[in-house]
Amino acid sequence: MDNQFVLQLLTDEFGDSILRAYEPDGILTLEIKDEAVLPLVEFVKKHTIKIDFLTDICGIHYPDHKGAELGVIYHLHSFINNFRLRLKTYLSIDKPDVDSLTSLYSGANWMERETFDFYGINFKGHPNLKRILNMEEMEYHPMLKQYQLEDATRTDKDDAMFGR
Amino acid sequence: MSQENNKSELINLAGVVDNYIVKEQLDGQLQKINLGPTHPSTHGIFENHILMDGERIVSSSSTVGYIHRAFEKISERRTYAQITTLTDRLNYCSSPINNMGWHMTMEKLLGIKVSKKIDYMRIIIMELARIADHLVCDSVMGVDTGALTGFTYMFQDREKIYDLYEQVCGARMTTNIGRIGGFERDFSPKFHQLIREFIADFPKRLEEFASLLERNRIFMDRTIGVGGISAERALNYGFTGPNLRAAGVDYDVRVMSPYSSYDDFDFIIPIGTAGDAYDRFMVRLQEIRESFKLIKNAYENLPEGNYHEDVPDFYLPDKPDVYNSMEALIYHFKIIMGETKIPTGEVYNSVEGGNGELGFYLVSDGGRSPYRLHFRRPCFIYYQAFEELVKGQMLSDAIIALGSLNVIAGELDA
Repeated sequence: MDNQFVLQLLTDEFGDSILRAYEPDGILTLEIKDEAVLPLVEFVKKHTIKIDFLTDICGIHYPDHKGAELGVIYHLHSFINNFRLRLKTYLSIDKPDVDSLTSLYSGANWMERETFDFYGINFKGHPNLKRILNMEEMEYHPMLKQYQLEDATRTDKDDAMFGR
Repeated sequence: MSQENNKSELINLAGVVDNYIVKEQLDGQLQKINLGPTHPSTHGIFENHILMDGERIVSSSSTVGYIHRAFEKISERRTYAQITTLTDRLNYCSSPINNMGWHMTMEKLLGIKVSKKIDYMRIIIMELARIADHLVCDSVMGVDTGALTGFTYMFQDREKIYDLYEQVCGARMTTNIGRIGGFERDFSPKFHQLIREFIADFPKRLEEFASLLERNRIFMDRTIGVGGISAERALNYGFTGPNLRAAGVDYDVRVMSPYSSYDDFDFIIPIGTAGDAYDRFMVRLQEIRESFKLIKNAYENLPEGNYHEDVPDFYLPDKPDVYNSMEALIYHFKIIMGETKIPTGEVYNSVEGGNGELGFYLVSDGGRSPYRLHFRRPCFIYYQAFEELVKGQMLSDAIIALGSLNVIAGELDA
């Protein structure tokens, strides 16, 4: 079972929803439409390729990608075939809605809460979507790029001096 | 308010209206207990709101985040070499594994291939860390069940492991061990002396500890059937590491996707069947023995060679060279200021940490800091099963279940 095989299988099934497929570090990475996340994860879980372990969920923020600022990245793993699959979906920051995976994986519960906490991504159908690591009174989602980490001690140094 | 109303209100409060409540025909009042927040030096800061029906736990809900330090945000500001010190503070019981995992992630991004000598040195350090991690968990389980002796024995050996770290990196707890591309120095003569002593003494001392608890009737009664989970549920919850193996799934990153030349060695992945506290204890105990075998094999077969790769753009030069050689000074400056060229790309790399698959997901845009760095922390993912593990059990069992999961607060909160 290699990337080519899985890509072919998923293209046959979800051809319209797969926007891009590539392999940045050898892991098959699919950019998919947000409505396809739940059906695709369910499909690979129940199919004989058995990609049935949810390794990780995390968010990412690209302020310059208008209309698709927020990303959700899923890492899935098949223990039987030792195959990893990465899914990405991009959402508009005005309406960052994506289906929750808690109906398929109990472990998705806190991972999604963490992603919500830091990026404000709204997981539809999550049983208890509230902040997990930050305090509940917090009014913003701190991992968004507009909230710069301030270097409290340095006023003399700015990145322009070093060309980046 | 009538008692009946009060009861149903409490049941709603807990969010549980399931068979348990109906079946048990509650006669007493339900009682809410705050378990924690405890002092950070005990098991870490955990807070559990537990709803009790007499002696039994009806439901529990965990609050996490007390020592959240925003590592992912901080790492978006730091240079790559500075992030190693953040990884120390994830699972602080086995910080060298986190350090090595981070170095290997960087090496994967940069395309650096390290020599066998470095691989074997890493295996020795990582397995020492695994032993230290498992020793803490297993001996503290003894303390939780009322047997303090084993803990005092095994902490001496943990100290010896820390002495070994000290010889390699100068630090004991938050080690910052190794560099991108190798180690900061070779194993010193003192290290060789200490590890020979460790290899000679450790098995006897471990078996002495094991004999205190392994077949101890009281310990078995307290741990068998406590906090059990089936393999299916454990997988569904995203368990990895010893806790998953105790439930009967033989998943180990070291074997499934070997890194750092682990495939050169023979070792067994111990598995349990019931997934309860006793199985977790036994799996960890056996893993200590396997780790010891790995250390012995790697040490005896340690190849000759340099202790670091020749990657001047990323490997911090020796301090004497910085003062005496122009090139070393330039590279030193470039590395410290984060001015070396980093390729763009994304990498997911995982190692078998003390508690399971420790993953690093790194997105680089070519800047001096990661664009995004996410730590897949095994503790954070499996701790959410705690509610399910302790439901219907005694309060004292909840403590043992928590201890046997080996939840490390630093890794939980990141």
